[in-house]
Amino acid sequence: MGKTAINKSSLTISENGQEKPASSKRLEVLKTYKIYIGGQFPRTESGRYYVPVNAAGAKLANVCLSSRKDFRDAVVAARAAVSGWSNRAAFNRGQILYRMAEMLEGRKAQFMEELIQQDSTRAQAEKEVTLAIDRLIYYAGWCDKFQQVFSAVNPVASSHFNFSVPEPTGVVSIIAPQSDSLLCLVSVIAPVITGGNTCVALASETKPLCAVTFSEVLNSSDLPGGVVNILTGKPGELASWFADHMDVNATICCEKDSSMQKMMREKSALNLKRVTFYDKINWYSEEGQSPYFIMDTQEIKTTWHPVENIAGAGGGY
Amino acid sequence: MASAGSLTMLPDFSLSPRIDQVGAEERAARFTKRSIKKESKLNGLKLVLNMIDLTTLEGKDTDGKVKQLCYKAMHPHDAMPGLPAVAAICVYPSMVKVAKKALGDSGIKVASVATAFPSGQASRDVKLRDTKYAVQEGADEVDMVISRGKFHAGEYNFVFDEIAAIKEVCGEARLKVILETGELGTFDKVRRASDIAMHAGADFIKTSTGKIQPAATMPVTLVMLEAIRDFYYKTGKMIGMKPAGGISKSKLALHYLVMVKEVLGEAWLNNHWFRFGASSLANDVLMQIVKEKTGVYQAANYFSVD
Repeated sequence: MGKTAINKSSLTISENGQEKPASSKRLEVLKTYKIYIGGQFPRTESGRYYVPVNAAGAKLANVCLSSRKDFRDAVVAARAAVSGWSNRAAFNRGQILYRMAEMLEGRKAQFMEELIQQDSTRAQAEKEVTLAIDRLIYYAGWCDKFQQVFSAVNPVASSHFNFSVPEPTGVVSIIAPQSDSLLCLVSVIAPVITGGNTCVALASETKPLCAVTFSEVLNSSDLPGGVVNILTGKPGELASWFADHMDVNATICCEKDSSMQKMMREKSALNLKRVTFYDKINWYSEEGQSPYFIMDTQEIKTTWHPVENIAGAGGGY
Repeated sequence: MASAGSLTMLPDFSLSPRIDQVGAEERAARFTKRSIKKESKLNGLKLVLNMIDLTTLEGKDTDGKVKQLCYKAMHPHDAMPGLPAVAAICVYPSMVKVAKKALGDSGIKVASVATAFPSGQASRDVKLRDTKYAVQEGADEVDMVISRGKFHAGEYNFVFDEIAAIKEVCGEARLKVILETGELGTFDKVRRASDIAMHAGADFIKTSTGKIQPAATMPVTLVMLEAIRDFYYKTGKMIGMKPAGGISKSKLALHYLVMVKEVLGEAWLNNHWFRFGASSLANDVLMQIVKEKTGVYQAANYFSVD
């Protein structure tokens, strides 16, 4: 300062009375990327963070490095939300998923910016966001329909009306794919909550920005707190807790690492969790959406209801 | 009854120490900063379990429910052997006999609420007969409520005499005096009510019935513990403490233990002098104990409800 001649008019006086050049550029307000638990945005209990970088070497943000205690807290929130969410009318769940799509549509530009920061081209980013929105709409439609498709009236040789219906399994822990952080996250979460479950999802470690912003979408979509909880951090550190927590009913893992898969299988056996691996799915293609994904976290309940002797009426079941 | 025997020695209760609310709250908050992990946590949790008064005080209580609760008291979690039993079962007077029979010679005490619990809005005669009935049925401990209305009206002598009269009919049974701090309003009044209860012959002072919010909080318990401490210094007589209602998490229970140790010392760290009145705390403690032993987070599904 003071070495070059500066026009007096461009100077401002700082607190200590010294002259300094007026900033030509406004200081940007950077977003704090926090985790999402029970409808709140806390920082990680551990106080830790990590700094993911993109291909160009630019730092994306300081992101919460969640600990097992964050996961534990998230499971408590998810468990508390199960009865409220699963007892909602299926039609209402559909409305809420549709609302999520609406909110996502409204913030398309923001998501595209974040995807571009995370190495996508503009065209790729647009494709990913629109597909994510469409996927929510797709599952919104399935909310009150998959039960009819997958329920059955069973032929039994006694005086019983016997039927089977899918019911949500409960709390689902999800380790989301590393790539295509928005579309993949939406694609794994949507079928789980469509079926009336609640979940705790670990977002992509390398590309976490969209996941955190997506939780803001959830928060403004009438989705009750605790139905979806989103953590950021390292799968290697958290996977074993995702698999062995006794209060988790099913786990979905999208990591390709076979030793991690083996470990998760073993630990999940502790309380007979359903374990599903989505490690080879192309989420952009048609196979990336299907009502069968909903069924991966459903339990079939079969009911025997006594009736009059229906054989007399010539009934076949 | 040392105090009642020497009425001239009774202090003027309107001169009970005034409590610095901000100070009490900050002091209580500081107890929550202690880090208790691993082995000491496990021992703390077992101690908490051993201090619980497992409680059911519902209009819908049945013999079956009480029997089941008694079984839970004796066998908190059989899948993990070596766990201590709880301290007592806390029920209405009409359930005392059932509980007494179900607990047999397990050593677990039966505490009975009495004196027109939870409101205490009845005549002295009714309250005395209620207490007598509970004691006759076999209650080892009696949890009475004070007349909060009279207390607020400044009729401290009425409150005092009532407690002393109840104490008399308790006989061998230990008397816990419930202040119902949620209805007292200020820490000053909690302190005053504590002093009255202790001088009138309480063996325990207890925060709440569990029917009024707020129930037990750490600051209010701190005020009562300090009253116990001052009473001990003055008379040499130990008084027990029982926070009740609103303590449902192990971590919070451990904070309470820290508070007891730092205010009253280790002499109070056993179930003869300190109790938790709770129903859902037991299962949370059990879940934490199993987590400490196995390293796996637990689910409520795998623990008996009661």
